[in-house]
Amino acid sequence: MNDMRIVERDVKTNEVKIAAKDVQVYYGTNHAIKDVSVDIEDKTVTAFIGPSGCGKSTFLRCINRMNDTIDVCRVEGDIRIDGDDIYDAKVDPVQLRAKVGMVFQKPNPFPKSIYDNVAYGPRIHGLAKNKADLDDIVEQSLRRGAIWNEVKDRLHAPGTGLSGGQQQRLCIARAVATEPEVLLMDEPCSALDPIATAQVEELIDELRKNYSVVIVTHSMQQAARVSQKTAFFHLGNLVEFGETGQIFTNPVDPRTESYITGRIG
Amino acid sequence: MPLSWLILVILAIAAIGYVLGRSRALQSANGDARDLHSLPSYYGAYVGMWAVVPASAILIIWLLAQPYFVNGQVLGTLPDSIVAEGSSVGLVMSDVRRVAEGLETAIAQGAVSRAEADTMDVGTTDIREMLGDVGVALGSAVSAEVLTAAQLYRGLNATGSLVMTVLVLLIALGGAAFAWSRSNAQFRARNVVERGVLALLIGAASIAILTTIGIVFALLFNTIEFFRLYPASDFFFGTSWAPSFSGRGGASDLGVLPLLWGTFYISLIALLVAVPVGLFSAIYLSEYASPRVRSIAKPLIEILAGIPTIVYGLFALLTVGPILVSLFGKETVGWMSGGTAVMTAGLVMGIMLIPFVSSLSDDIINAVPQAMRDGSYGLGATQSETIRQVILPAALPGIVGAILLAASRAIGETMIVVLGAGAAARLSLNPFEAMTTITAKIVSQLTGDADFASPEALVAFALGMTLFVLTLGLNIFALYIVRKYREQYD
Repeated sequence: MNDMRIVERDVKTNEVKIAAKDVQVYYGTNHAIKDVSVDIEDKTVTAFIGPSGCGKSTFLRCINRMNDTIDVCRVEGDIRIDGDDIYDAKVDPVQLRAKVGMVFQKPNPFPKSIYDNVAYGPRIHGLAKNKADLDDIVEQSLRRGAIWNEVKDRLHAPGTGLSGGQQQRLCIARAVATEPEVLLMDEPCSALDPIATAQVEELIDELRKNYSVVIVTHSMQQAARVSQKTAFFHLGNLVEFGETGQIFTNPVDPRTESYITGRIG
Repeated sequence: MPLSWLILVILAIAAIGYVLGRSRALQSANGDARDLHSLPSYYGAYVGMWAVVPASAILIIWLLAQPYFVNGQVLGTLPDSIVAEGSSVGLVMSDVRRVAEGLETAIAQGAVSRAEADTMDVGTTDIREMLGDVGVALGSAVSAEVLTAAQLYRGLNATGSLVMTVLVLLIALGGAAFAWSRSNAQFRARNVVERGVLALLIGAASIAILTTIGIVFALLFNTIEFFRLYPASDFFFGTSWAPSFSGRGGASDLGVLPLLWGTFYISLIALLVAVPVGLFSAIYLSEYASPRVRSIAKPLIEILAGIPTIVYGLFALLTVGPILVSLFGKETVGWMSGGTAVMTAGLVMGIMLIPFVSSLSDDIINAVPQAMRDGSYGLGATQSETIRQVILPAALPGIVGAILLAASRAIGETMIVVLGAGAAARLSLNPFEAMTTITAKIVSQLTGDADFASPEALVAFALGMTLFVLTLGLNIFALYIVRKYREQYD
């Protein structure tokens, strides 16, 4: 890891996209997230790091209310996107998820053609006026997913026939197709080989131009490579949140230092 | 020695062999099981295997071969004249067997001694009366030739059984001794036992396959026999089913089309009921129901599968039929004249099939990876959009398989048809008329008093063959569908 490069990284302050305040998450009686408050900026890649079971994925799933699909899960506190409380009774979680896209740990293309995978979201939300419009959205999304050149000749082949890295980029393209404002990524590279990982990381850096990206990762090198802000979670607490360069070179909290130097976790 | 005793003795030899083999192997390793190639129990099992397998193989072959051999020998001694008097060789032989069994019983009860039984002749003893006293009734007086033959038969069988018992026991002991002598620390008993287990498994699988082949051949020969008596084109393309029973005489019309149509029509109605209801309940149970509801509702639905079909038949006859008549009968629209109709049987059969469709589809829907659901919810799809556009397509091959399985059950169903649909073979589009199916007609053709060699009885086999080919075709098609689409997610 080139620490010097990290320190010299250009850091701009963007406006806050997601504001979480005193978030508590319970799985039944288990208190999984404790008093987490964090401000995630627009057009920034924010990395969540921490040991397994520290709650970083759980917190990520709070942001698009995916935890609603788990019966025993209960979320308290205040999460706002652009100032609107997403846990307000008026908010439809389904609409919210269209605005906050998600990419999962394991590539999970639907058992449909590549085209239908990408067209899935736009069709559900009625984003395309006609077939040509839909074709256009699919092409744009696949281009943003950095996979257009590999699949443009076989758009109607099944998405499950692609390689693991291609599948994951297809899933990113699928998430991008619904024109989200925030993109959540839950360990998107953990099932990929180093080459595919490099491609996806490059893509994440591209996506930063248009979206606020939040990525959960187990790889500290990856966090250092792709993110501008880093949050360190430990045992359900947000221990430290700050500029990636600062977290990795000059952490304030001793737990953060222990983790990034490999003593805990 | 009776057969059951012989088997018990073989098993006892195997059990003793187990203990001895185990201890010999342990001894060769100076009592330390770690020095053995295999665990001690493998050596025991190895000796047991050698005691049981060759001995029982010889036993089975002997038991199958002995009757042929004895029959041949006894037939050779019978003069041709006696066969001419009696109507056939088979009848004379069954007389011989009966007398021989009677003698055996008499010996067992102490009425005669073994030596007397071998030497008695028709002139000095009234065999019929003597056997009657021990409870073996004979139709007529026993002739000298039959008695001689019976004595020979009994003698040959007794000798055969004795030789067999000795031989089998010797083989069991020999096998056990051979295996025992090889049980030492270096011997790879584990691998041999493993191969024995493999052979056992292959044997079990072959029994099922061989039985299927046997059933097909039994059907096939009788079907060929039927087509010798009745033209095949009339059977396959005849539109009238009117068998005349031998008592009344006259020619029969044995066209399969009305039965095929009845089968198809009733199954279609059954599937129209079962598929939507079963599929929707599967979707509710697997996607919407809370674990508590699911744990109560799923077993309740599966109870439906456990109800005997005759009970469904009663339900059709006593409940559904009258209800349908009151809805569509003479007093209202007049479509239906009696309670037994295609609709009655179809509805009840559909209810019977619900648990098949629902239970299988539920398992298949549950097998769709959670990642698919997450992916779809993550894109902002609602639950029903997710089910319709992601889960059902992913589960489709399995669901199609479940439906085809239900269809072959519907085609093969008998009791509900007999009680619910009536017995009239008819080609009609009106679902409120009585019709009947292939299976119901097989029952009525074979349980009637028709001569078994007449086309009226043999047609049952041709019908059975038709049914077999139909369901086989459906099953192969189901397998093809499932295989073709199975790899879509993984």
